[in-house]
Amino acid sequence: MRRPSFLSTDPTAARVVPATGFTAALTIVSSAATAFLAVFAIALSLAAGDLATRWETELAGTATVRLPAADEGQDVQVATILEALKQTPGIGTAHRLDDGEQAALLAPWFGTDLPLDSLRLPILIEVTEIGDGPDVEGLNLRLEAEAPGAVYDNHGRWRAPLAEAAGWLRKLGTVSLILIAGVMAVTIALAASAALAANGQVIDVLRLVGARDAWITRAFVQRFTLRAAAGAGAGTLIGMIALLLMPGGAETGILAGLGLSGVEWLWPLVIPPAAALLAYAATRAAAARRLGSAP
Amino acid sequence: MIELDDVVVGYGGRTLFDGMSMSLPQGSFHFLTGPSGAGKTTLLRMVSMELRPSSGRVRVLDEDVGRLDRDGIARMRRRIGVVHQDSRFIDHMTVAENVRLPATVAGQSEATADAHLAELLGWVGLGDQAAQHPPELSGGERQRAALARAVILSPDVVLADEPTGNVDWDMSLRILDLLIQLNRLGKTILCATHDLNLIRQAKSRVTSRVLRLKGGRVEQAGIDL
Ligand SMILES: Nc1ncnc2c1ncn2[C@@H]1O[C@H](COP(=O)(O)OP(=O)(O)O)[C@@H](O)[C@H]1O
Ligand SMILES: [Mg+2]
Repeated sequence: MRRPSFLSTDPTAARVVPATGFTAALTIVSSAATAFLAVFAIALSLAAGDLATRWETELAGTATVRLPAADEGQDVQVATILEALKQTPGIGTAHRLDDGEQAALLAPWFGTDLPLDSLRLPILIEVTEIGDGPDVEGLNLRLEAEAPGAVYDNHGRWRAPLAEAAGWLRKLGTVSLILIAGVMAVTIALAASAALAANGQVIDVLRLVGARDAWITRAFVQRFTLRAAAGAGAGTLIGMIALLLMPGGAETGILAGLGLSGVEWLWPLVIPPAAALLAYAATRAAAARRLGSAP
Repeated sequence: MIELDDVVVGYGGRTLFDGMSMSLPQGSFHFLTGPSGAGKTTLLRMVSMELRPSSGRVRVLDEDVGRLDRDGIARMRRRIGVVHQDSRFIDHMTVAENVRLPATVAGQSEATADAHLAELLGWVGLGDQAAQHPPELSGGERQRAALARAVILSPDVVLADEPTGNVDWDMSLRILDLLIQLNRLGKTILCATHDLNLIRQAKSRVTSRVLRLKGGRVEQAGIDL
């Protein structure tokens, strides 16, 4: 396999392209800036995915049977309900919340010194579903007959909008990643075009002394690919450091999920090589266009 | 060998050459004279493949240059050294690097090229300016640098467009001397110039002919300038 030409080292070739100047700075700074943004787009995308998954799974697979408070005969009813649940396909476990668990459930709203005895609280039975869950309609008909007032609730009303929101969040993350990649491609392509235009005299001189188009292209591609990679490397590093330094913890609310963890830290490392590839393609295209008009 | 056959060239509707022909054998030395605007630069630009005639044929070194592709033109230019009236350089590279550029783009190693380089720079009187940059050079120094660059690959044809336009008489003689030496090595020389003294000087030392451009035709000028 032939080595891609931007990897071949010809120091003299690259030297014909000025190492400093406006367009050099333009390439480096613009790829650094877009790389920095890309780090956050990746983090946002991953965080959105995590959040969506959490919303979907936390409520899925659980259900509650609610039995209104009554003066007597409750234990019998609870036993009847538990028996009915045991016989229903699609039900995993079922367990009645005791006073302590119920108090813990209510604590966030009413505080810890709630006189539970004096309140007539409904009895709650926590159920885990397996597979697609039970036939809710049939189960409720049976409960209606055997334990009047008991209602099986699989949180469907809550879950539907959350699942929808989670889907949107995922799409948002993907779209922002695609947009940033697009902005990066356009920026690098524009910088390459501008740099070639600014170096028109270099190209004309090279043609006049007998340089082949491939040689000229290689000189520019080498410089720009390295520049874009270096700029993107710096931008990525700064972005990752910024993510690392971002205050974590639940207190930060929406930003809480916006860090990277574990192998997720490998994702931003894709950015510099991607920028280099973009620069390679963009410079080749721009050089082909510019050389078409060289004498 | 340089051959123009029935070439037609015009700029913006105005025809400069309307079916012009000429033929210069390999190894010849020709001066090209004529009033300003006669088309000396235009003629040289056709030979250096910077300008395509709208019709007619240009042959250089047995090649029909109109049939060459871009790589072919690049290869051909390594065999044709050109000194332009207003030579351009790569400004951020040193004079030495600029002079060596034809060798660099031809893939010669720096060592090979550098063996020639010092001698050549000394010859055109730029030994002390090797590490400077083109914008720091005077007009005459630029022309000498351009000449050095034109001949570093020892081309078969040397085209010079008023190479002594900006230099003093001593330097003019040195440039002429270099052209004469190249000609003795069998290179074809075509040199546009106004400088009659230079032509007289040359005639006493080398077999050379004078072509005069006038009204879109080339004619042999008499020896008695
Ligand atoms: N690029 C150009 N565009 C339009 N006219 C040109 C161009 N180059 C040369 N000319 C015209 O062609 C004529 C010949 O120019 P040139 O070849 O430079 O003559 P010389 O070198 O003998 O002075 C002049 O009238 C000049 O104005
Ligand atoms: Mg002229």
